[in-house]
Amino acid sequence: MASNAVADPLVSRPWRVKRRIREAHDTFTLEIESRAGESFPFTAGQFNMLHVHGVGEVPISISSNPAETALIRHTTREVGPVTKAMRKLDAGDTIGVRGPMGVGWPIEAIEGRDVVLVAGGIGLAPLRPALYRLIAEREKYGKIVLLYGTRSPQDILFKHELEHWRAQFDLEIHVTVDRAIGTWRGHVGVVTTLIARAPFDPLETVALVCGPEIMMRYTLMELGRRGVRESDMYLSMERNMKCGIGTCGHCQMGPFFVCRDGPVFNYAQIKWLLGKAEV
Amino acid sequence: MADASDSQSNPPVDPAPSGPDGERKLLRLPDLDRLIGLLRARGFRVIGPTVRDATIMLGDIESAAQLPSGWAERVEAGFYRVERRDDAACFAHRTSPESAKRHLFPPAQKLWRADGSEDHPQPVVEDRSTAPRLAFLGLHACDLAAIAVQDKVFMGGAYVDHVYATHRRGALIIAVQCTSSAPTCFCDSMGTGPHLDGGCDLGMTELIEGGEPVYVVHTGSEEGAQLLAGLAPPPASHAQVVAAEQLVAEAAAHQKRRMQTEGIKDLFYQNYENPRWEEVARRCLTCANCTMVCPTCFCANIEDGTDLSGRLAERRRRWDSCYTLDFSYIHGGSVRYSPMSRYRQWLTHKLATWIDQFGTSGCVGCGRCIVWCPVGIDLTEEVAALRMSARAS
Amino acid sequence: MNPIATIISRQQFFAGMDDALIERIAGCAAEKQFDQDEVIFREGESADRFFVILEGQIAVKIHGVQRGDIMIQTLDAGDVLGWSWLVPPYQKQFSAQATLPSRALVFDGAILRRMCEGDHDLGYDMLKRFIRVIAARLQATRLQLIDVYASEK
Repeated sequence: MASNAVADPLVSRPWRVKRRIREAHDTFTLEIESRAGESFPFTAGQFNMLHVHGVGEVPISISSNPAETALIRHTTREVGPVTKAMRKLDAGDTIGVRGPMGVGWPIEAIEGRDVVLVAGGIGLAPLRPALYRLIAEREKYGKIVLLYGTRSPQDILFKHELEHWRAQFDLEIHVTVDRAIGTWRGHVGVVTTLIARAPFDPLETVALVCGPEIMMRYTLMELGRRGVRESDMYLSMERNMKCGIGTCGHCQMGPFFVCRDGPVFNYAQIKWLLGKAEV
Repeated sequence: MADASDSQSNPPVDPAPSGPDGERKLLRLPDLDRLIGLLRARGFRVIGPTVRDATIMLGDIESAAQLPSGWAERVEAGFYRVERRDDAACFAHRTSPESAKRHLFPPAQKLWRADGSEDHPQPVVEDRSTAPRLAFLGLHACDLAAIAVQDKVFMGGAYVDHVYATHRRGALIIAVQCTSSAPTCFCDSMGTGPHLDGGCDLGMTELIEGGEPVYVVHTGSEEGAQLLAGLAPPPASHAQVVAAEQLVAEAAAHQKRRMQTEGIKDLFYQNYENPRWEEVARRCLTCANCTMVCPTCFCANIEDGTDLSGRLAERRRRWDSCYTLDFSYIHGGSVRYSPMSRYRQWLTHKLATWIDQFGTSGCVGCGRCIVWCPVGIDLTEEVAALRMSARAS
Repeated sequence: MNPIATIISRQQFFAGMDDALIERIAGCAAEKQFDQDEVIFREGESADRFFVILEGQIAVKIHGVQRGDIMIQTLDAGDVLGWSWLVPPYQKQFSAQATLPSRALVFDGAILRRMCEGDHDLGYDMLKRFIRVIAARLQATRLQLIDVYASEK
């Protein structure tokens, strides 16, 4: 049956939890590895269907470096029964994996361009693999700007890594929070307010956007106001996903299966659907 | 089946569609019984129409005696009754709530299970290798068109669905041409029927001679020809062949409902916000009946569960419907929370986005959704109304 | 052009303004430094000034009683701080505090208000500039209100 298990895309492969990392009060990263020692190549922006024995399965985007194919990380918030159960997993526990799934960020296609990454909340997780890729071949890109908005200073993800990147590499990182109390010295305001003055040349720029859908809509609008072409904007969509391979129907958005045709879409491709309610 | 976006014209009715041998044979009711016996002897599970729960269902049959001989359906939008006919016809059913879908893509499927008491619970895939081959008896042209649509869904993409492919690849199909149409049929306008155009191993047309059914049979495959040879049937007469085709042509001509498919994709893509959706939503109960009876609807949920001990975990797949709130649920709420958006999703998918996804319409004109809708919503009427409304605005 | 007028003319906020108008409003403007953590104005004070930030960062705050001050917005170089001077009863709705050492142009709103009343061309020009700021703030406020990143919805 083992050979059959590999062939059937609906069958999870048992992987091992290597480590669980706390990122924020409701957010954590699971670092997992194949029990069979398999190498797991993936594209930045792809996701896996993760299965907790007896609880269920959810799509979680991969948040680790695509150059690292043995240890794979997933960063998620604890929002439902499966992610709650996931948070109780410890090193050595088994986690079921199906993937990698979907279409990721067009990293190779945008060589030579300025890249502006706009992340909202947990939306930074699927963008992190893109950042690793851009940094790894820094010389192939123009300006790299990360605009990252989140709820409060306590919710900032990958804080040390952001600081490290800011210090080590030629990239601009602007972080803003929706509200702050106390000693916060950073920016306060929604992430869209960072776009007007971020240092990039709109016509040279490709934008990669990930966050709550409302945040993305206004971000795309603001990028458009700055002069970035719609065909140069990419966004990662979230929909209900059950199969991950475009056959269960749940993730449909117009003619698209978000799990298979996305989650990353070119804005020009789906603009006609984005503004419409309940599509 | 033709692409719905450009299939306004009907396919020409071939007066004598030819199988490998080109010659029509004649079977009688006792021959059907032998045919069923022959199939069963070869290890097939024979699925055919039979009267059950006051409907004509597709179920397991062991003999021709279980066929709905002398039974007919009286249907309209939101209405279905079985009633006696004054002859012994066996295949007068048109809008059974069931279709081949139930058997090729069962409503509940075990996918795999894993034993949590093991160190590393390893999924064990449900063994389907011993499942008997299915022999369908009495599917109509629209049913075959629906199978062709689901073939694209489950076997036409990058992934081949194991459950569907297992049943489908082993399936044998004995189809029946429709010699009459229900008031809810519109296959003619979808280019999917009523005449058979391949897709079956044997094709039959039911004639009534002196109150008793006889069957003009043509072969559609080598296996079908072999099977037929086993019955050593006499040839059908020229008059019988002509009469059969005449009845099928009349069945097409008498269809009351039509779907206007010209430019239908653009019609939907440009009318997401048409007020007509609110109008139909006031009637729609979001009961999901249309998705359950539709022979092409393929949405399914993947469910994980355990036994009471929590040790044995199992993954199942079960039919799901875009009419439920859960269907589009993501953290924080459902994407399609209003009944309006859920009806719109179903119809837009069926008639428009399906074309982009699979290169074909998702509708085969069988009319099941019209019959089984508790409030009689008629998609042909909705499309016509949407056209009118789009033109007016 | 006097030095203040030159600085004004370089600000995005005043882009395209008539030189003559710039000269006039320069008469009620001055440059000012703020230390880190210096309070610039407080909620409830009379709103007789507004600022165009030249350097640094200034936070707009609401006093939250038990929770201390809540920062609802930070403003950077090029941003305008304060528009209560345009709206009766000309009272500050929020507090402002420099979060970094900052420098800003300070305008006397009371004088400017009278100038606008007397010269509607100037008044209309100023209103058009401020309405853009107000609309952008309103949009940002609405997005904050939705609380898009919240776990509980």
